[in-house]
Amino acid sequence: MDKNGYLLEVEDLWVKVESKQVLRGINLRIKKGEIHIIFGPNGSGKTSLLGTIMGLPQYRIIKGEIKFKGESIKNMPSFERARLGIGLTFQHPPSIKGARLENLLKVMGIEEQRIKNLAKRLSLLEHLPREINRGFSGGEVKRSEVLQVYLQQPELVLLDEPESGVDLENIVLISSVIGELLEKNKPIIKRKKSAIVITHTGYILDYLHADKGHVMLNGEIVCSGGPEDVFDKIKKCGYEQCASCLTSSKEK
Amino acid sequence: MNSETIPEGEKKRLEKVGYDTSGKLSRSASFLMSDNRTLLSEKKEKKLEILSTELAVEKYPWVKDLMFKLVSKDKDDYTRLAASSPPRGFFLRVLPGAKINIPVQSCFFIKTKRLSQVVHNIIVAEPESEVHIITGCTTASYVKQGSHIGITEFYVRENATLTYTMLHDWAPEVVVYPRSSALVEKNGVFISNYIALTRVKEINSYPEAHVKDGGIARFYSIIYAQDESFFDIGAATFLEEKGARGEIINRVVSSGGRVVSRGHILGAAKDTKGHMECSGLLLNKKGMIHAIPELKGIFPETELSHEAAVGKIADEEINYLMTRGIDKDTAVSLIVRGFLDTKIKGLPPQLQKLIAGIIEKSSLGGRI
Repeated sequence: MDKNGYLLEVEDLWVKVESKQVLRGINLRIKKGEIHIIFGPNGSGKTSLLGTIMGLPQYRIIKGEIKFKGESIKNMPSFERARLGIGLTFQHPPSIKGARLENLLKVMGIEEQRIKNLAKRLSLLEHLPREINRGFSGGEVKRSEVLQVYLQQPELVLLDEPESGVDLENIVLISSVIGELLEKNKPIIKRKKSAIVITHTGYILDYLHADKGHVMLNGEIVCSGGPEDVFDKIKKCGYEQCASCLTSSKEK
Repeated sequence: MNSETIPEGEKKRLEKVGYDTSGKLSRSASFLMSDNRTLLSEKKEKKLEILSTELAVEKYPWVKDLMFKLVSKDKDDYTRLAASSPPRGFFLRVLPGAKINIPVQSCFFIKTKRLSQVVHNIIVAEPESEVHIITGCTTASYVKQGSHIGITEFYVRENATLTYTMLHDWAPEVVVYPRSSALVEKNGVFISNYIALTRVKEINSYPEAHVKDGGIARFYSIIYAQDESFFDIGAATFLEEKGARGEIINRVVSSGGRVVSRGHILGAAKDTKGHMECSGLLLNKKGMIHAIPELKGIFPETELSHEAAVGKIADEEINYLMTRGIDKDTAVSLIVRGFLDTKIKGLPPQLQKLIAGIIEKSSLGGRI
């Protein structure tokens, strides 16, 4: 933790994928126990932001800084960031011929009984000996992501559309496991885990009770506020209206 | 004679290819050949018979009629050499109706430098019987050069099941030429697994199966080709009568070795069905994998399919695994070991576990 109590500090972050600018001067600070929601249309840079924080190599930092627990992580490979306490659920994870889900979890050093208990809860027991995501349905892929990240127990959880393509029953299940991971039953001061959640539908808001909401457009955070307020405004006016906030937020 | 004649320090080599010298593991019969000499031929199960081929030919004149019936003497120089050599190797016969779930083990060990080991095995699963065979082939730790020529003819009679799991762990300068063929009679099941994970000069193996009415033949080849190794492997399955089915799966990884990965399925009768998979992973620029899947239909109501893919592990897959806190080498190892540890349909769990254990324990050349 840095001296101001921030778990994550993103400062003036500019990122390219190949020659395309995907993030333009992002500033974001997250305290221990906070949950931030990021809204935005397709292609606005939400996934790029999470991928950059995680350290996926296709995201090339041109300018800016990322600090985790007060230390710069921008030159760190993703596996070291994971060991430091950052975890990511992918929106579209690859299917991996060869690597079996249970073997990955074992290599991660997770105890077998813990794996089985959570897999049972997430209806994934039969998926453990299977190759990761191969032939999994959309809902199974999402549950598998939650299973892996829950068992990883990161301090900063990055959730990329965990509820997209998931039926209502499974949204409740996934949300309750995520809620548990994020210690939502504890008062914020006692929570040790923080999260950035990308959502398209906003369904997950009903279960997570986020602390802050942000809107991203064209690689920038253009609006921030209470998550329900931000989401209500998007529902009423669409993302086009959010563009007008750009001026006001900058003025603020 | 017994396995005591194998030096203590070399027994580990045998263990690595699935041959238990301790007597602790359950085996229904054991056969051990060192160079060109039979050291052990014993059985614990009454309903099978295991003998050296030499003795079998003396005891049962009809065994001679089974020799070079499925593999032609004139197939190539190696079969001609075997035909002109004394009949070494083993003869195994499982009596009609006998279901033997405990595996039979055999091992061909080369202990003399530059030796040429020539064997001819005859295996007969009589009607309604079942048997599972592990065959390990290896060299003494000090042997670097040598050759192994192995003829094996399988007779899978009506409604019989025979699985044959061959594990090879040769030395870097050894050349290996197995020549095998199976006759799978009505409703018979034949499963052949071939696993080679260590460095070898050359392995050239292309077993065949002739599958009759309702029979099944499955071939699995699991190869990890290290630097300076050359493999020409695969199988051919001839679906000759109604309802015959065949499967050929080649899983190949090259960390610098060259591999020709072949498969041929012939659909020659009504309601025959065959599938083939030739998958290859190239871990660096030094290696080569040439997949040659062949399907041939000569009867309209045959259904044949194949999938073939050769390439590197996608960066996206490695990057994904690394986000779980594992480094790049571990991520590659997880993918490669899992890729090789393919689930073999119809193989007893004990043997599936044996193969998984060998892949797990293998250093894979110390690269990953």
